[in-house]
Amino acid sequence: MRDVAIIGVGHTKFGRAKTKKGLELFSEAALQAVDDAGVELKDVEALFQGSALPGFEEGQVMPAAFSAGELGLSPVPATRYEGACASASIAVREAAMWVAAGEFDVVLAGGVERALTMGTLFATRTFSMACHAPTEGPAGLTFPGVFGMAALQYSKNYGVPLEELREKMALVSVKNHRQGALNPLAQFYGKMGDLKVEEVVNSRFVADPLTLLDCCPFSDGAAALVLCSAEEARKYTDEPVFVLGTGQGSGGALSKMAGGDLTKPASRVSSARMAFKRAGLEPSEIDVLELHDCFTIAELIALEGMGFFGWGEAADATADGQTERDGKIPVNASGGLLGRGHPIGATGASQVYWVVKQMRGEAPKGIQIDPVPEYGMTDTLGGDFGTLCHLILGRSKRRK
Amino acid sequence: MLTLSEYEEGLRSGKLLGLRCASCGGVTCHPMPVCQWCGGRSLERTKLSGAGELTTFTVIRVPSEGFEGEVPYIPCLVKTEEGPCVVGRLDYDAERATQAAQELLGKRVRMSGAYTYKGDKFSGGAHSCPVFEVTE
Ligand SMILES: [Zn+2]
Repeated sequence: MRDVAIIGVGHTKFGRAKTKKGLELFSEAALQAVDDAGVELKDVEALFQGSALPGFEEGQVMPAAFSAGELGLSPVPATRYEGACASASIAVREAAMWVAAGEFDVVLAGGVERALTMGTLFATRTFSMACHAPTEGPAGLTFPGVFGMAALQYSKNYGVPLEELREKMALVSVKNHRQGALNPLAQFYGKMGDLKVEEVVNSRFVADPLTLLDCCPFSDGAAALVLCSAEEARKYTDEPVFVLGTGQGSGGALSKMAGGDLTKPASRVSSARMAFKRAGLEPSEIDVLELHDCFTIAELIALEGMGFFGWGEAADATADGQTERDGKIPVNASGGLLGRGHPIGATGASQVYWVVKQMRGEAPKGIQIDPVPEYGMTDTLGGDFGTLCHLILGRSKRRK
Repeated sequence: MLTLSEYEEGLRSGKLLGLRCASCGGVTCHPMPVCQWCGGRSLERTKLSGAGELTTFTVIRVPSEGFEGEVPYIPCLVKTEEGPCVVGRLDYDAERATQAAQELLGKRVRMSGAYTYKGDKFSGGAHSCPVFEVTE
């Protein structure tokens, strides 16, 4: 397999897309990525697009073909990838695989979603379609509900009084909103930068014990990347970012999770291990991490599942500042899903965008990690642990 | 052989049905084409007692479209005494559940009936899940 590099990145403003449709959002990000890479549209040999719910948002299925059409790329292969909130990550992973395999040299990958415009009731309904419909559907489970269940289990598993855990979870929201407020492309840019723990804990319950400020927002937005073979990358840029390893895992119905424990999803453990193994790296070597903080508790569970902290240790590590931008492992310096926003089909590509920006030293003030990170990682979760995907990136090629 | 539809029909007549594996003796519930413990394919229909332990729950206050009239309600995860976990609803006062969340975890529960959601244009008809009550 060939080494693969990311040579161009694009990212729309996240939030409410007042005028643009999904196709236009994706095109905006894709053109930025192509221009950033310095490639011509005619050089793009395939398109890989994550989109979770376009059929419900705009009555559009098969969006990838139309994206290729709008960009003038057709008739090249263009495929939509759907893994709920991990849609873009699996699209990027597939793109990297095809380039590594030698099938294509230059490809576009990314994702788009327009979920904020759906409104909370309908968006919640369609998001819950990523639960196991026959058993979790009639129970009326929602995603905040799933993570509320996980939070209660976390408190029980590790004997943390719930009020204490809620305050530690709130620190995740405070941290990620502080970072998101500094990110001009974030949904909450300039907002909630000085959020207080009490405000998170005392905002209204969405699904016990999660409050509104434990939850990421619904969002519209798109992000896109240009990937190419490593041997071609230096033709286009002095600062390629290499894809060192990827992983993907899947899980079934919530009720089939081992021991009924929602805090230790096998899909994530397996996917992360696969990515670390391929990259030849360990968690301690990662300098920047963008992970799937759809809810505050989700950040803690993710850190443990990937092996950054032992089981039950992420809450205290967060309270200890270890996940701050200047901490042991900077987590979601871009604001994460909580502060940056979560257009679900775009999120994985957005996470990669921010890791690349960090590695080029181009992240905005207050977000850029110092020194410039050598190795970075993304973690994206789709459904209630149904689809997990990890990407490990580096400024130099694989060691082996 | 037990289809998901038959599993749901069982719930509506007050029975929690599953499949017992000829290879490992384990019980699979909800039904799947293979044993959830060993992957075995020789499975025979069995009836679970409906008793188990409350593994976790939540109180939904912001619902999906179609569930607006029901909030607050309590989805739960129950570990049955036969082994498999099932997702259902907990029949319990929502405000008391919020106050006593941690104490409720691990309590003995028993299936007391079924909840049937009438369905919407996406759900392919009505669907049912078990309802549990706290027995201690
Ligand atoms: Zn078996």
